[in-house]
Amino acid sequence: MKDEITREERVDNLKGMGCSRKRVEDARFTQGKGNYVDDIKLDGMLFGDFVRSPYAHARVKSINKDTALKVPGVLAVLTADDLRPLGLHWMPTLAGDKQMVLADGKVLFQGQEVAFVVAEDRYAAADGIEAVEVEYEELPVLVNPFEALKSDVVLREDLVAEDGSIPAGAHGPRKHHNHIFTWEAGDKAPTEEVIANAEVVAEETMYYHRTHPCPLETCGCVASMDKVNGKLTLWGTFQAPHAIRTVVSLISGIEEHNIRVVSPDIGGGFGNKVGAYPGYVCSVVASIVTGKPVKWVEDRMDNLMTTAFARDYHMTGKISATKEGKITGLHCHVTADHGGFDACADPTKFPAGFMNICTGSYDIPTAFLEVDGVYTNKAPGGVSYRCSFRVTEAVYFIERMIEVLAIKLNMDAAELRRINFIKKEQFPYKAALGWEYDSGDYHTAWDKALKTVDYDGLRAEQAQRVEDFKAGKTRKLMGIGLSFFTEIVGAGPVKNCDILGLGMFDSCEIRIHPTGSAIARLGTISQGQGHATTFAQILASEIGLPADSITIEEGDTDTAPYGLGTYGSRSTPVAGAATAMAGRKIRAKAQMIAAYLLEVHDNDVEFDVDRFAVKGAPEKFKTMKEIAFAAYNQAIPGLEPGLEAVSYYDPPNMTYPFGAYVCVMDIDVDTGVPEIRRFYALDDCGTRINPMIIEGQVHGGLTEALAVALGQEIAYDDMGNVKTGTLMDFFLPTAWEVPNYETDFTVTPSPHHPIGAKGVGESPHVGGVPCFSNAVQDAFRPFGNTHTNMPHDHWRIWRTANELGLHD
Amino acid sequence: MSKKKHVTLNVNGKTEEFLAEPRELLIYTLRERLNITGPHIGCETSHCGACTVTINGKSVKSCTMFAVQAEGAEITTIEGIGGPDNLHPLQEAFKEHHGLQCGYCTPGMITRATKLLEEIPNPTEAEIRFGMAGNLCRCTGYQNIVKSIQAAAAQMSAAKEAAE
Repeated sequence: MKDEITREERVDNLKGMGCSRKRVEDARFTQGKGNYVDDIKLDGMLFGDFVRSPYAHARVKSINKDTALKVPGVLAVLTADDLRPLGLHWMPTLAGDKQMVLADGKVLFQGQEVAFVVAEDRYAAADGIEAVEVEYEELPVLVNPFEALKSDVVLREDLVAEDGSIPAGAHGPRKHHNHIFTWEAGDKAPTEEVIANAEVVAEETMYYHRTHPCPLETCGCVASMDKVNGKLTLWGTFQAPHAIRTVVSLISGIEEHNIRVVSPDIGGGFGNKVGAYPGYVCSVVASIVTGKPVKWVEDRMDNLMTTAFARDYHMTGKISATKEGKITGLHCHVTADHGGFDACADPTKFPAGFMNICTGSYDIPTAFLEVDGVYTNKAPGGVSYRCSFRVTEAVYFIERMIEVLAIKLNMDAAELRRINFIKKEQFPYKAALGWEYDSGDYHTAWDKALKTVDYDGLRAEQAQRVEDFKAGKTRKLMGIGLSFFTEIVGAGPVKNCDILGLGMFDSCEIRIHPTGSAIARLGTISQGQGHATTFAQILASEIGLPADSITIEEGDTDTAPYGLGTYGSRSTPVAGAATAMAGRKIRAKAQMIAAYLLEVHDNDVEFDVDRFAVKGAPEKFKTMKEIAFAAYNQAIPGLEPGLEAVSYYDPPNMTYPFGAYVCVMDIDVDTGVPEIRRFYALDDCGTRINPMIIEGQVHGGLTEALAVALGQEIAYDDMGNVKTGTLMDFFLPTAWEVPNYETDFTVTPSPHHPIGAKGVGESPHVGGVPCFSNAVQDAFRPFGNTHTNMPHDHWRIWRTANELGLHD
Repeated sequence: MSKKKHVTLNVNGKTEEFLAEPRELLIYTLRERLNITGPHIGCETSHCGACTVTINGKSVKSCTMFAVQAEGAEITTIEGIGGPDNLHPLQEAFKEHHGLQCGYCTPGMITRATKLLEEIPNPTEAEIRFGMAGNLCRCTGYQNIVKSIQAAAAQMSAAKEAAE
């Protein structure tokens, strides 16, 4: 048989790995035909919504629902007393704590769920909420974790023994009734000794403020209990649909095979949609009680005030070095504000996530980390907002400590980074806090970044600007923000990563159809990352069928293989690996079929793009399309018919993407307005699957980083009132405030991943936050600034300028 | 609750008549009553623009307008802008230039962009960024949205010139 097209054309036809394939998701989204949870409508569907606490800490003395039940359209009002007989008034959290589903005698944060009103439509539900009478008795409010650790006020009476003693929690002994855990990594005594005897030590205290992932679509679900066949279907904004199914089964007692969880299209997640929320439990109960489907969808205030905050880490650091700038030790203490319940979404054994990646990209021989979790009267959560578990906090910490050390040493911060980077030949690198970095080439990335932006030229311009400012020629300062980050993503190896005991593997199942097209199902779920596009590209390259002929399906637990979902940049490192491995199983069987058809031994054929050909005789081949058909119509001795495969992939290690970012900023000292003149982002995510999508992820992650660094926060007053509960006060940047970004890359494949890919969705957020922050701080460095806390909104920047005497 | 009012709307070329409470928001009318689910709800405070529709030739956030206020209005949603057989150049450009990720803001974004390009057929980048500032996106960082709108503007101008 002769080829009519070239090998290159055959490669192009597959639209496999490395090409900027256009997204298959876009047709429905651009035509308004997406199917998000609030688009779901079922016959007789009811709508549920919450009565929420106006107080941050109060006893609930009584709840009177009589008036509410008389409101037209209201069918039921659920309280903790109604859930108690079912054992559902409290639910387990992902962090080993438990959380009230509905207020059980008291409330611990403003906006806490007190009663669930079920009505015929949203308006009737709102009317019903107005009519529920709740009597509260206010209690003293604790919004500061340091004060909480000293206070006599007990936030969680349920966690204090009758004799007043403090039982241990899920993560060991507790020091105080408002204390949750102490978590340590590294070597305490040696680190303290190194720092005590060091030539140079820099110290800093920094607060990484509370913020929120705030996807444009809020959280919600539709629960439908079919009492005839005993089956519960739950549609919802779930980043981990299988885990939700297991959790629902464990807490409701409904057998897992009778629960179908479906994640439809999801309007962004960023960590907000990982956890299990009271709205899900109440919707399920309401559907069981009423026998009808029940929908619950948060409004924006509910979302910002109650589900899934991020960060809120008070960090104190010490970093020691030689006079020449070689880092010798790092000490970090964190006081972590977890709110009223410990509902952090972390792997079970990591109550502070992967904060122990805080030695960053540097070869630091000795380090110690200690994290204290604390209860306060704030909303629970502690999710990874566009990052792997607490990695944004870790990278912010080390990238600020490096800058502070550079000031202490009177050294250039770029040079200080360079002399401390882990060297290429040191990989795989065992870090002082326990992780084994898989691969990296930091010097090459750093040099490329600095050269591209003309770093020396920028520093010269900045020095001139300082002169001009002092001479009264300008009122604008120039900041050069640097960051070099190493992420830790792809959780994770089952040996040390689980959520509620579920190992964090992931999965892919492939069926090849007789005519040479395919469907693949995965345990993950896209929230905008374009899985239907990119996973088909991985498969196209692995099995030699065009990506356009491969359907990717996720999110339906009745059909998809079990997996732990999408967050922490784990889809490509874990499910992407499963996809490649399942593809290789398909290929192995295809090889046997091809050999049979070509009448040669299995070992005498080899895979080539879209076919198996006889070794040394490339004109003798069978295409994958022909092989697919043969799998269904030939009786091949020793082989079952059909062509299917499934792979459950337990990754041997995490992956460690890295990158080098530079931000150039002009700051008006009189208005406090920062103007981003240039932002350069070099990302190394290993093997690149779809450059177009990678670039899109980088743009988006940087913009979320800009938001967090320059203004976005969940702020509370002393009474525990949320001051930033709407988009009026909570900063989401518009097109007008966001710059154009320059993207670049190097490629250092992961040695342990089947296709060498590392994941990229969160890198720009992780690396971006310190880069924007460092730019602001760098502008004020010549005037004596060492550190100011984020968010650097106009007022806080103005205040920094004012405190440094720049308005005098 | 007050007495229901009679409301007549023309949505995507189709006349719709119904009785609605005065408090019924237009986004609710579209999504719940008329099953037009392209426009989305993101904030309920006019900030995010996911609910953007065109009313009598103007971009309007339908989450903060009552259905009764739209009495007699001509309304266009994303569903009326283009479908499988007659895609609008903006719909094509958003796909071509990766101007969307999760897709939640996209219907409002494209609906607003159709009006922007009517107001300013060949906008500068600054005019696009300013003219789209009422529509929030959490995924894209806007860079590819700007690119998509620029590409659609160029294509629409070229098509217009060719037609003249």
